[in-house]
Amino acid sequence: MEPFDTHEHEVLVIGAGGAGLRAAIEASAMGCSVGLVTKSLLGKAHTVMAEGGIAAALAHLDPQDGWQTHFQDTMKGGSFLNHWRMAQLHAQESPDRVRELEQWGALFDRTPDGRILQRAFGGHTWKRLAHVGDRTGLEMIRTLQDRGVHQGLDVYMEFTVTKLFTDGGRIAGALAYRRDTGRFVLFRCKAIVIATGGVGKAYQVTSNSWEYTGDGQTLAFEAGAELIDMEFLQFHPTGMVWPPGVMGLLVTEGVRGEGGILRNSKGERFMWKYLPEARRHEYAADEAEARAWLDAAVEGQQTEARRPPELSTRDNVSRAIYTEVREGRGTPHGGAFLDISYMPAERIKKKLPSMYHQFKELADVDITATPMEVGPTTHYMMGGVRVEPDTGAATVPGLFAAGEASAGMHGANRLGGNSLSDLVVFGRRAGAGAAYYAKGLTATPRIPDAEIEAEMRGLLSPFERASGESPYEVHRALQECMGTNVGIFRIEKDLETALATLATLKQRAARVRVEGGRTYNPGWHLARDLRNMLVVSEAITRSALLRKESRGAHSRLDYTGLDPALGKVNMCAKRSGDGMQVGPTPLPEMPAELKALFDAAPQPAGKAT
Amino acid sequence: MSPEPQRKLSSSAGVAPAAAPSYRPATCTPPGAWRGAGYGQPFGATERTDTWWLMPLAQALGLGLLGLYATWAAFQGAHYEFGNYLSPFYSPLLKPAWWPISPAFLILWIPAGFRGTCYYYRKAYYRAFFADPSACAVGEPRKGYRGEVGFPWAIQNLHRYFMYFASILLVFLWWDVIRAFIFTDPDGSHYLAIGGGTLAILASNALLTMYSLSCHSLRHLVGGKLDCFSCAVAGGPRHGAWSRLSALNAHHMGYAWWSLFAVCFADFYVRMCSMGVFHDPMFVTFRHLFDYAPKISHFLL
Amino acid sequence: MSAGAVAGAIAGATAGAAAAAAGARVKAEATTAKREAVLRVYRGDASGGQEVEYQVPVETGMVVLDAIHWIQAHQAPDLAVRWNCKAAKCGSCSAEVNGKPALMCKSRMERFAPGEPIVVRPMKTFPIIRDLVTDVSWNFEVNQRIPPFQPRAGAEWKWQQHDVDRAQEFRKCIECFLCQDVCHVLRSHELKHQFAGPRFLVRIAGLEMHPIDGVDRTPFLKDSAGIGFCNITKCCTEVCPEDIHITDNAIIPLKERVVDRFYDPVQMVWRAITGK
Ligand SMILES: Cc1cc2nc3c(=O)[nH]c(=O)nc-3n(C[C@H](O)[C@H](O)[C@H](O)COP(=O)(O)OP(=O)(O)OC[C@H]3O[C@@H](n4cnc5c(N)ncnc54)[C@H](O)[C@@H]3O)c2cc1C
Ligand code: SF4
Ligand code: SF4
Ligand code: FES
Ligand code: FES
Repeated sequence: MEPFDTHEHEVLVIGAGGAGLRAAIEASAMGCSVGLVTKSLLGKAHTVMAEGGIAAALAHLDPQDGWQTHFQDTMKGGSFLNHWRMAQLHAQESPDRVRELEQWGALFDRTPDGRILQRAFGGHTWKRLAHVGDRTGLEMIRTLQDRGVHQGLDVYMEFTVTKLFTDGGRIAGALAYRRDTGRFVLFRCKAIVIATGGVGKAYQVTSNSWEYTGDGQTLAFEAGAELIDMEFLQFHPTGMVWPPGVMGLLVTEGVRGEGGILRNSKGERFMWKYLPEARRHEYAADEAEARAWLDAAVEGQQTEARRPPELSTRDNVSRAIYTEVREGRGTPHGGAFLDISYMPAERIKKKLPSMYHQFKELADVDITATPMEVGPTTHYMMGGVRVEPDTGAATVPGLFAAGEASAGMHGANRLGGNSLSDLVVFGRRAGAGAAYYAKGLTATPRIPDAEIEAEMRGLLSPFERASGESPYEVHRALQECMGTNVGIFRIEKDLETALATLATLKQRAARVRVEGGRTYNPGWHLARDLRNMLVVSEAITRSALLRKESRGAHSRLDYTGLDPALGKVNMCAKRSGDGMQVGPTPLPEMPAELKALFDAAPQPAGKAT
Repeated sequence: MSPEPQRKLSSSAGVAPAAAPSYRPATCTPPGAWRGAGYGQPFGATERTDTWWLMPLAQALGLGLLGLYATWAAFQGAHYEFGNYLSPFYSPLLKPAWWPISPAFLILWIPAGFRGTCYYYRKAYYRAFFADPSACAVGEPRKGYRGEVGFPWAIQNLHRYFMYFASILLVFLWWDVIRAFIFTDPDGSHYLAIGGGTLAILASNALLTMYSLSCHSLRHLVGGKLDCFSCAVAGGPRHGAWSRLSALNAHHMGYAWWSLFAVCFADFYVRMCSMGVFHDPMFVTFRHLFDYAPKISHFLL
Repeated sequence: MSAGAVAGAIAGATAGAAAAAAGARVKAEATTAKREAVLRVYRGDASGGQEVEYQVPVETGMVVLDAIHWIQAHQAPDLAVRWNCKAAKCGSCSAEVNGKPALMCKSRMERFAPGEPIVVRPMKTFPIIRDLVTDVSWNFEVNQRIPPFQPRAGAEWKWQQHDVDRAQEFRKCIECFLCQDVCHVLRSHELKHQFAGPRFLVRIAGLEMHPIDGVDRTPFLKDSAGIGFCNITKCCTEVCPEDIHITDNAIIPLKERVVDRFYDPVQMVWRAITGK
């Protein structure tokens, strides 16, 4: 058998983003021996890239705010497909988690009276996002990282977990390889927390990094856990489309908030055409009124004028850009022009400093002089491992999940800032759940040698093939398939095509060949990640096929309306044999006292990142 | 290479106590355990393709020439006065009878020490004269290195005392500036005027003042040492002063060079006038200003 | 056209067909028409290696990291490189481009003269793992030994924005370790066992200047972090991609605090008399 190292922990946390770190800190505070595994170096997880802020009803600026309102906003944003208990816990506990970050050393921006400052964001009724300029995620991950390393965790950096083992249905451990040496490592443990983040790398245009290959979802799925809501993949309407190097990089909604105008290649301001009839009265009727609104906003004054059409909801903006491109009025690189250059340069630099620098340094575009080119970009996975709200427990005993890899909290669409708070609220709960579970087990479950060996052999097989495709080829084909067929707008025929393509890609992926040795070989790493991307892609496609309606982030061109019956179910993917079974499972009923909140406040909220 | 083959961060392993009682290396790793390719590269070894040697060369020339000039001017011990102008190298002018050499040396240790321990000049001469390093990512001539740990370089830590002395000196120098405006007629009456030397001395002193105000040690003492401005006594004004000095501090390098040039030039100007090489032009004169206040002029001179 | 095809066009469009279709407001793309760049990338590991030359087609706005990715996808699938965000936010892609420590995702190809070979090498201060990847775990060890944040007993959790402006600058650090790479104390003199390096002086500055932190790290700074080894030659500041004024705002103020405690005779006498 191949040699491997063995480490033993009571709780193994996979993923060192906000969710994983918070889980590890909690489990270790409860007296467990904790191992924390991450594919990159510590502190480089996706959480570091979050900008806007962390949502918590601290009510520092708007005293009317409270957890009930935050709860309502979250449920409305998620088209009521959220697990009500998760949304409730999240709204109730996030203020404490934010204060806790501060007590661990985070330095949030301040209000004039010396408390944590909060900013307004789409979909949130009150000013709610605690933030540090436009680098909130960095502050959060550093704080957690420093807290964690002083507390007694063992951190395994640049290790990739490839398989979870079970013993009689219970979690028994995991196999990983070290990216720096290629050596295998076996973790024996009683409980595992999955906090591996999202799936964006299955798409070419994405704001996500190479890490987001759906590892956690796949590991859990293969261990027998259920994945829900996989069809809800958030596409942000404004990502950069050019130059290729930065394709997909996020362009914050703040640009449109500051007066950014969307135009097609003919120079037409097209958003007016796409306002839904029912909401048209909420938006400005012409350029003059939109301008009046903007002038008032710049001056910080009240106005009778209504919002510019660019501030329509995200799905709607995406649909508009999409249609313009389809009808041949797209920009040279397949997007729309987002123009803010007519505003005074000084104001742009003051209000959008990071966007100004992002375009200046990475695209050579001076946004104070030229329009940006933008198009939708794959951003966030609402779906993932189905968990029990209070403990983060998945359906497999000993398996827990938190963060973007888990599901239920955001329903069909996530509100801006709700992810960072999700990470700490449910990271903590999952860590505690895992620790509690691990403490309850007397013996560490066993792992049969044969399974370990089979997994290692599988991992090494791409080296042994004399011929075969490069994994990069297959990855490109997968991205093309998903981008073309399972993009922002879906239609039955395309989804079927995607399923067929995925089946052939699976075969191609099983035959890839990698060159070189095992030390830090990205080709080899990709060969493995491919398998995970294929599993989540299949789950996304199958769930999308079954949801014959348009809800939240899931838009079907062949079923444009809402189906009330589908509003009561989650699509759930589960392993059966070697295949995948997807079907509806009922959504838990919200208790009467929470339902009553909505009867009191009928007006719907918008959507946001 | 790495001494921890598991590549595992075990935080239980070692947390330094809050107040480390004795010497404790930063990492507890054995010397040389994390050696990279940069270690021991010969002097000048680099992959840089730009003209990295230009800056240290220019700095060495600049500092060297000005330094030589200042030494020569100090040793000369003459031609430091011309009428109402006094060379800044010799101010305040002390001429005790027992002092055998140029009076400049009674004073000059202050500005020399101030500049010599200045955080900016340290950078400049460590780079230009010690090649420690001569430019970033370029190999160095010597293997051994102790930085500013231990004698003699730990003396740099006394920079603030030179700053105190230099501040006292500044008062005298401003006195000289005032004097540089007041000229004397052959008949002994005084009048106000602006001559070439007046401007040179004024400029040199204005720049010296900016240089001193932008000093790191001053910035620290004024407010930088506080952790929480709003919790401290007089925290508001101290924060105000600190942020203003910080703004100046950002240009400390500029002030360092300009003031050095200007001081040398002021000395040079006075010296040349005194030696009869330059003829001091008079730009503006206010002849009768002192007619009504002979007392003031008397007091000033 | 099917629904997805357009989504694909949005998603997948590289120059090609979509570009040709829509005419207006094309920024002069022709000027950068398919030129090739020569990259010389260091390939090797602890046992040695050499620069290998690759020809890479250059597209508008390309950064060095894109070129490396192109080489990976087309010529050398096992070329080792670290990266995550591609937006200068995570600090993973540190390397030395033409001898200068830099983030590859921030190094624009247009900045190099056409025809000039671009040499990409791994950071020289840390032991190499393979190709462009070095073992930076030493840094994480140092970090662990810094006494962590501990609030002063009874402190109120209220402070003004201007109290934290300073520390917030230090907390911008993305841990790219470029400053550690360029710092000659670590790079040329290999004093990693005595000197914590600029990155961690920045971190300590962030802790020390936290308005309600109650830990005194001054002895640690002098004796364990070895702040005296820094001769303020400012290379760290020159390379910091986050524009942190490492030397002026972090190291020198810390040196001044160390002076307060250990070198200033008047303050030492004063403390001895008052017993503070
Ligand atoms: C550009 C951008 C901006 C954003 N802005 C905001 C915002 O303003 N507000 C907000 O609330 N949210 C925002 N988000 C969303 C939010 O940042 C993420 O959803 C969140 O950080 C995910 O955190 P996580 O802990 O679940 O996962 P991550 O932080 O991504 O961590 C995943 C971890 O899992 C590890 N891992 C993965 N697979 C494996 C494996 N097989 N083996 C071992 N380890 C593995 C990775 O190495 C990594 O450490 C933004 C996202 C992006 C991309
Ligand atoms: S200034 Fe100090 S810490 Fe920075 S590179 Fe130079 S010696 Fe190193
Ligand atoms: S201080 Fe700057 S150069 Fe150093 S690690 Fe942080 S971001 Fe990088
Ligand atoms: S730092 Fe340069 S004078 Fe004090
Ligand atoms: S890839 Fe994140 S900094 Fe370059």
